[in-house]
Formats: sequence, C-alpha cells, structure tokens
Amino acid sequence: MESMSVMASDMGYDPRDGQTRDQIEGTTQEDRARDLGMMSEQLKNRSMEVFFEVGEDENLTYPWAPDVDFNKRTELDCEGKTTTEVNKDIYSLMEEGYGTIVLQNPRGMHSVGVGILNRLNLIVEGSIGYFGVGLIDGPNVRINGRVGWSCGENMMSGTVVIEKNAGSTFGAAMRGGDLVCKGSVGSRTGIDQKGGTIIVGGDTGAFSGFMMQRGRMVVCGNAGKNLGDSMYDGTIYVGGEVRDYGVDAIPAELTDLDKAWLTRKLTQYDLMPENGVDHFTKIVAGKQLWNYDNLEPNEKKLIL
Amino acid sequence: MCGIAGLIHRGKSSGVGSEMTSMLTALKHRGPDSTGFAIYGEPNSGDYVMRFKVAEQEDMASGYDMGDKIASRIAEVEKRLGEHKATIKSKDEATPYAMRYVISHDGDTEAMARYIEDVEGTEILSLGNALELIKDLGDANVVADQYGLREFKGTHGIGHTRMATESDVDIRSAHPYWAFPYNDVAVVHNGQITNYWLKRRQMEKKGHRFMSSCDSELLAVYTADNLANGATLEDSLKASIEEIDGVFTYLVATKDSLGMAKDTMAAKPLVLYESDDMIAMASEEVAIRAILPQEIDTYDPYDEEIRVWKA
Repeated sequence: MESMSVMASDMGYDPRDGQTRDQIEGTTQEDRARDLGMMSEQLKNRSMEVFFEVGEDENLTYPWAPDVDFNKRTELDCEGKTTTEVNKDIYSLMEEGYGTIVLQNPRGMHSVGVGILNRLNLIVEGSIGYFGVGLIDGPNVRINGRVGWSCGENMMSGTVVIEKNAGSTFGAAMRGGDLVCKGSVGSRTGIDQKGGTIIVGGDTGAFSGFMMQRGRMVVCGNAGKNLGDSMYDGTIYVGGEVRDYGVDAIPAELTDLDKAWLTRKLTQYDLMPENGVDHFTKIVAGKQLWNYDNLEPNEKKLIL
Repeated sequence: MCGIAGLIHRGKSSGVGSEMTSMLTALKHRGPDSTGFAIYGEPNSGDYVMRFKVAEQEDMASGYDMGDKIASRIAEVEKRLGEHKATIKSKDEATPYAMRYVISHDGDTEAMARYIEDVEGTEILSLGNALELIKDLGDANVVADQYGLREFKGTHGIGHTRMATESDVDIRSAHPYWAFPYNDVAVVHNGQITNYWLKRRQMEKKGHRFMSSCDSELLAVYTADNLANGATLEDSLKASIEEIDGVFTYLVATKDSLGMAKDTMAAKPLVLYESDDMIAMASEEVAIRAILPQEIDTYDPYDEEIRVWKA
C-alpha cells in the first residue's frame, strides 16, 4: 500500500500553510475544488478527480488483484517476445507476488503494460511504442527511454514518469494519476483529458488540451497552436510561450494556491525551473461554448 | 494507415538495401498490401538507371499469351530507346514484368520517357543516375528477396508499406512515386490529400502525367513541378504545407538529400533520430529500433515542420 498512499496524498488536498488540521478538515470538498479552480459540484467515482481525505486509508485495489510485494523484484526480457506475451508475463509475475518488474529490451514495442489494474512498480529499461501503459489503474511506471503515441491513454490512477520524449496524444482521455514526461511531447497532448495531472518538462505541440474536461496539465516549455481549444474545464499551466489559444481558452490569474501546487508537483518530479513558477501562464475555459449557468449540476455532469 | 521510413548516411555509403528492408519489415502491420523502396546508390558516371514495368503482377495470370505480350512490349521499349539514341548497357529482369536497364543517353530524357510510356502497359518507375525504385505487392521481405535488394549499397533511401484505402492494390498505386520527369526524385506519403482532384487538374493542365488515381502521386508530381520551376526541395516542402490540404506526412528523396514535411494538423506520425553519422525516420519507433537496437534519443517533429538533410 505504500505507493498507493503516496499517490493518494499527491492527488489529494494540499494542506495550506498556516492552517490547522481542524481548519482543513472543516472545509468541504466543494470548497477545496473551488479554491483550486475546479468545478464546484460534488464529484463521485474514481473516474473523476477525487479529493481524498488526508490520511484516509482508501481501499483502492480491485478485489481480485493479486497481492504483490514491492521488495520482490524480477526482470523480464522482451527480446523475441510479442506484445501479448510480454503483457501476459507481467500478469503472471504479479500473480507470483512480484511487485517490481523491470522490462528489458522493449525496443519500441507497442502496447506494453496496457491495462495493469494493480499496484506494481514497473520499470522499463528502454523505449516503447504506441499505446504504452494505457488504461492502467494503480501502477507506478518509470520509463527510461521514449514513448510513442498515446502513452497513458485513458489512465485511471498511478504514476508514469518518462525520462525522454513522448509522441502525440500523450495522456489522451486520461482520468486520474500523474503522467510525467521529462522531455518534449508531440501534438494533441491531453486531448479529452478527464482528470489527473499531465506534466511535460519540455515543449508540447499543437491542439494540446483539446476538449479538455477536467484535470490539470503543466507544460514547462512552449505550447503549440490552438492550446486548450474547446476546453470545457480543467486548468493548463504553461511555463514558456503559447503560440496561440484555441477557441474558448483564456488566460487566468495565477493564484498562490496554483503556485504552491505547481511548486510541489514540479519539485516532486525534479522539474522545478530555476526561476520558479511565477512566470507560468494559467489557462482555463472561458465557458462561452456552453451556457453553463442555465444547467443543473447533473446536466453539467452530462456535458463534462 | 501506411508506414513510411527514410534513412540517410552522412558522407558514406552503407547497406541501405538491407537496412530499409529491416525498417519496412517492422512496419508491415501498418500496410501489408504492397512495399516500395527508393534507394540511392553511388551516382554513376552519366549513365541512367531505368526501372520500368510492362505489366501488373495480376496481369500475369490473365491469359496464355501474356508472355508474348510482355516480350513484344519489351521489344517495343528497346526499339524506342534506340530511336532516342539511348544505348542499353545492361539488363536485369527481377520479375517477368519489371526490368532494370542501365542506359547511356545524351538527349531529352523527358521526351524519351514519355515515348516509352506510350507502349501499352508500360510505366517507368524511376529514371536517374542514382535512384533505384522498386515496388511490388507483398511485404518488405518478399519484395527485397524478389528484387535482390539486401546487397544494395547506397547513401540513402525511403520506403513505404501500403494499406490501400482509396485506390487499387497494384504496382501503379504503390509507393514510392518517381517525380516524373525529374531525375532521381522520389516521394513516399502517409495520409489523405483532400484537394487531390483540384490540384491534379491544375497539374494536368500544366502537362504533367498521372499514372494512377492514388492521391500520393500528386505529391510526386507537385514536387517535380516545383523543382522544375526552380524551387529548392526546402521551398517545395514549405509550399506544400500551405497548398496541399488534408492530413499528411511525406518524405522526398533526391540524388543527395532527403526531406520531410508534416501537415498543419500533425495528424500523421513520424519519429526522427539524428546523429552525426546518420538520420533515420519512420512512422513508428519500432522501425528505427530494427536497425539501431541500442538506446537512442528520438523525437516527433511538430505540425508544419519541414526538414532537409544532405547525404
């Protein structure tokens, strides 16, 4: 449970300086969401951005998920294996109790580590191709190479850290967890993002945050054209230049809470810029594409 | 979907034939219908390499007299070469329907090429001092074995694995396309061109010929037109971003360089690897890893990006 409790507190509400525990616990989830620029209605289900109670012992594992020991480590050589064989081997190793699996020689293999619904430390020694670690719910993944298109697509929870560059549609339709690329990523990053956090150490391409619905995206470098086009909600932070804004994406004031959150997240992944985070631009939805005010909260949920 | 790949060695010749075969084999899942190579050997001293076909692969099963027809078409091609005062120096027949001739010729190559293509069923696949353009049905291994490509040495090359979408599964619709009549220029493309008919009509009015109804051929003709009008390869690639509609990533190879262009939507993939010795690019990283298994740094070019590298 060690990694999951770390993850839960990462995703959770950040105790603000100067506040007592009672004060923090006295605020509602709605208040915290509003403070962070999120929607105000109460959200349910793990597919949404859930703010965990500090210290709460959430039961995040699936009932049928094998119990693994993070100290039990093994290596899996992808040489000569198909993607299906590698993914089946990962499952078999988890059933044997291995909690740390190191993949060797992936050499651009597609769909590696897709659909892992369990706690696991997955270390990839090399680069993977398309759809890497998509649809995951729980594992902590570290990739020492590059990833192709659609890495972390539909990811539900866990952390994925990529040391080099990533392809397009990075974190598409992502729902939760932290997806971090220390290099630059391609186009359409976080398209249809529904939750979680995407962090890019370098630049991102065109149409990033397109139809973003919820969650947060941080780009330390520059962003390509049409950033945040048709976004419904969510927040994008850009440290460099924005080539242009998409329809209904507008800059917003970077609050102290934003700065604190950025500082914590970027420090956590060793991506903190030397000049701090004060220069970041915050981008949110202008909410002109939908008449939000005339909608009931339940109707808003249908849109989002 | 289609897969494209390109490779250029800086300042030296290498086993481009076998390298391109490995890259395209790794991309087989992106297009199993046909495979094509445009690879560039050391430019020879004034002689031209002419690759042409006198029939489609499927024609070979169309009748008892096909062999006779092919023989008569080849004889007619040779006769017409003679009429244009071209001397045939060597002949290779990898298949009954596709030939490779080395010829010497001092005259107007465009006029000669048009005259030869007037022979029934005949299409010149490539003509140039360095370019060898090979394309046929099947995957990269099949085509490489059929045409003996694994031993081919050269500086650079581009290739394509095709998943037929808007035109037939045949050699005339397979990539790469030679930028007729511009010697030594070939194009491979992954994507869809939505103003194909408009641009095709414009090009046909200028006198350019189209041998297929595949939208990718437009890029070869378009590039040839630009180069003929004095544009550099870089100018042509840049102009195409504005003038060609659709989603596309395409590669162009010339006698001594290789270029890439990506459309405004960046909707078609390309992964790039650059080092002091070589540049490799492909629709998927797995193709680059097929020739460079060691850990390397690769990246995706962005929207509207064009690049040109010299051999």
